[in-house]
Amino acid sequence: MLRQMEGSQAVAEAVALCRPEVICAYPISPQTHIVEGLSRLVKSGALAPCEYVNVESEFAAMSVAIGASAAGARAYTATSSQGLLYMTEAVYNAGGLGLPIVMTVANRALGAPINIWNDHSDAMSQRDAGWLQLYAEDNQEAVDLHIQAFRIAEELSLPVMVCMDGFVLTHAYERVDLPEQRQVDDFLPPFAPRQVLDPNDPVSIGAMVGPEAFTEVRYLAHRRHLRALEVIPRVAGEFADAFGRESGGLVRPYRLDDADTAIVAMGSVLGTLKDVVDERRGHGERVGVLGITAFRPFPFAEVRRALRGVRRVVVLERTLSVGVGGVVTDHVRAALDGAMRETSAANGAAPYLWTVIAGLGGRPITTASLHEMIDRAVTERLEPLTFLDLRRDLVEREAHRERAAERV
Amino acid sequence: MPAQEIKFYQTGSLVVGNRLLDPERRTVQADMRRPNTLTSGHRACQGCGEALGARWVVDAAHRATGGRLVVVNATGCLEVFSTPYPETSWRVAWLHSLFGNAPAVASGVAAALKVKGRTDVRVVGQGGDGGTVDIGFACLSGMFERNDDVLFVCYDNQAYMNTGVQRSGATPPAARTATTQAVGPEPGNPFGQGKNTPLIAMAHEIPYVATATVADLRDLEYKVHRAMELRGARYLHVLVPCPLGWVTPSSDTIRVARLAKESGLFPVFEAEHGEITSVSKIRRKVPVEEYLRAQGRFAHLFGDPPRADVIAALQEVADRNIRRFGLLDEEG
Ligand SMILES: Cc1ncc(C[n+]2csc(CCOP(=O)(O)OP(=O)(O)O)c2C)c(N)n1
Ligand code: SF4
Ligand SMILES: [Mg+2]
Repeated sequence: MLRQMEGSQAVAEAVALCRPEVICAYPISPQTHIVEGLSRLVKSGALAPCEYVNVESEFAAMSVAIGASAAGARAYTATSSQGLLYMTEAVYNAGGLGLPIVMTVANRALGAPINIWNDHSDAMSQRDAGWLQLYAEDNQEAVDLHIQAFRIAEELSLPVMVCMDGFVLTHAYERVDLPEQRQVDDFLPPFAPRQVLDPNDPVSIGAMVGPEAFTEVRYLAHRRHLRALEVIPRVAGEFADAFGRESGGLVRPYRLDDADTAIVAMGSVLGTLKDVVDERRGHGERVGVLGITAFRPFPFAEVRRALRGVRRVVVLERTLSVGVGGVVTDHVRAALDGAMRETSAANGAAPYLWTVIAGLGGRPITTASLHEMIDRAVTERLEPLTFLDLRRDLVEREAHRERAAERV
Repeated sequence: MPAQEIKFYQTGSLVVGNRLLDPERRTVQADMRRPNTLTSGHRACQGCGEALGARWVVDAAHRATGGRLVVVNATGCLEVFSTPYPETSWRVAWLHSLFGNAPAVASGVAAALKVKGRTDVRVVGQGGDGGTVDIGFACLSGMFERNDDVLFVCYDNQAYMNTGVQRSGATPPAARTATTQAVGPEPGNPFGQGKNTPLIAMAHEIPYVATATVADLRDLEYKVHRAMELRGARYLHVLVPCPLGWVTPSSDTIRVARLAKESGLFPVFEAEHGEITSVSKIRRKVPVEEYLRAQGRFAHLFGDPPRADVIAALQEVADRNIRRFGLLDEEG
């Protein structure tokens, strides 16, 4: 059913359609509206049977989800930013135990300085936690990704993080098509855990593993993640068949077929980027966009395939690895490695690869700035690492003060 | 006395000669067909009070629930010595997640069982004193405050044993640990620190709080049974001597636990909804010195010169407990 609604409410209803049995959460902006919406659905009886546990911290939220999932219940939680950091130890634990928990991350910057606005630093900090990470482009995709996430998680017995840009998506009112309960029930069978805490068949879960088998345990986890590279697109395909909509998958190429310049990005900025690219295409420029939906596992082969023949690649990043630069860029570079060798074998020219850091801590990414970025890219004048719309005056003033302080 | 009206002291202790009792009045541990939920072959030190306490507690919970039991374990000695992959000593459904989250994980299991209509299956969470009173405290308090249907058991050996005997919030004053060493003018753990977790648990006004030691099997089993009769958040704090950390002979575990109670340093009681309902009286009062002398972790109090001042201060702690909990019968 088509409805005009807030992203968070849409996600709350989509999650409810997935019939989670245990929901545990701790409030943090911009995640709050999602868990508030779910608490209303549980309290009113609209979502039943379901236990809604108001925990005392995010660490407890993830821990309750771990216990619930290990006991065979479909478990869900949501968080952002500091909350995600606060639960980190348990996030890794859920990953290591292979518990198919689904968590929404309403992406927000990490402090200090404290900042409630959007960027991807929070989810990026957990990129090696053993969770799959899917990034939504808009609220419709956020809805759809949650429904797919439970399927993927339970099929692989791996936890899935659905990332949606805080405020930009969570608080945006958009038209959203929410599926019917019956459709979701057909798509998502009841949770059948791989291993469960059952007094009739007692198992020990979470034993200590020493050097003699630890590598093998990690290797098996890696293999399972690689299997996700098959499962994610298959589930997206089945979703499209069932719901008549393209959502999810590994990557989303846009007007890349004959492109010589490509912008790679994740999340809600893709919408703006596509508008900008449409405009440039109108002027005959061969510019395209590559959206990455699955950041974990990283779809190296698909990225390489999508960027084949592209001369200039700009990776637009909503996170900064301080002292290094881009994070997604490193992945794209690794993906291009093979392509570079192929290209240089053919005509000797390797593609350019630039990082543009943008939208940190909620700084809007404007079409004007994106145009300027593309201007510099197509004329090959971009720096290897660019901070979009950096306020030089502010930087200089602070640098000056720092120098003065050093002399004291 | 909550436990038994039976008063046989053949062994010179509260241990009742089971042979003299009807089978149905014997302890779970006296039963040849006891479940042995924590079975042999684990890697605890000889004489480990925690291994003993955990088996007694989980066996008793097993009997109380007819075997419909899930156990959640915090990181610590108990977890490490019982589950070195690919082996496990547990013969119950058992989950270990982290050091500091066992009460919350147990809440999650309880929530799952409730939503699935399996409230016949009960949940026991357990951990060491570090996992309970320090790093797991927020999760514990949250579980209490929500009155989740979990029995949480703290096996208190009064230090972080698994990492090599460091001080915890349950380490008693003057005790030597690897991080409160017996050096300087005030050797060992400082006075005026630490927390009384059973009393804090009571402040949550949860249905049941009790303390026990491994010196009194009947009392411990009774308290587990009592706890399992009730629903909601319940807390059991069990004193479990650790030969390694307390520097006691393995054969002294029970004796030292008994001295802790009989000296008044470890009050044994029960409380329901925040009010004390019963107290285990001291049977034969001993000066704290007898308890302290038995343990190498207090050896620095008996050097040359001996620290009579510190021993007196510890005696005051015991005397205060005796007054506060009414541990002695009126005539003393
Ligand atoms: C977050 C975290 N911090 C520290 C540790 C290290 N650690 C593991 S067990 C343990 C001590 C456990 O002490 P306690 O809970 O008293 O149990 P015991 O071993 O004494 O039975 C510590 C400090 C850990 N595993 N996780
Ligand atoms: S160190 Fe102490 S608690 Fe740990 S196994 Fe040995 S005796 Fe038991
Ligand atoms: Mg301990």
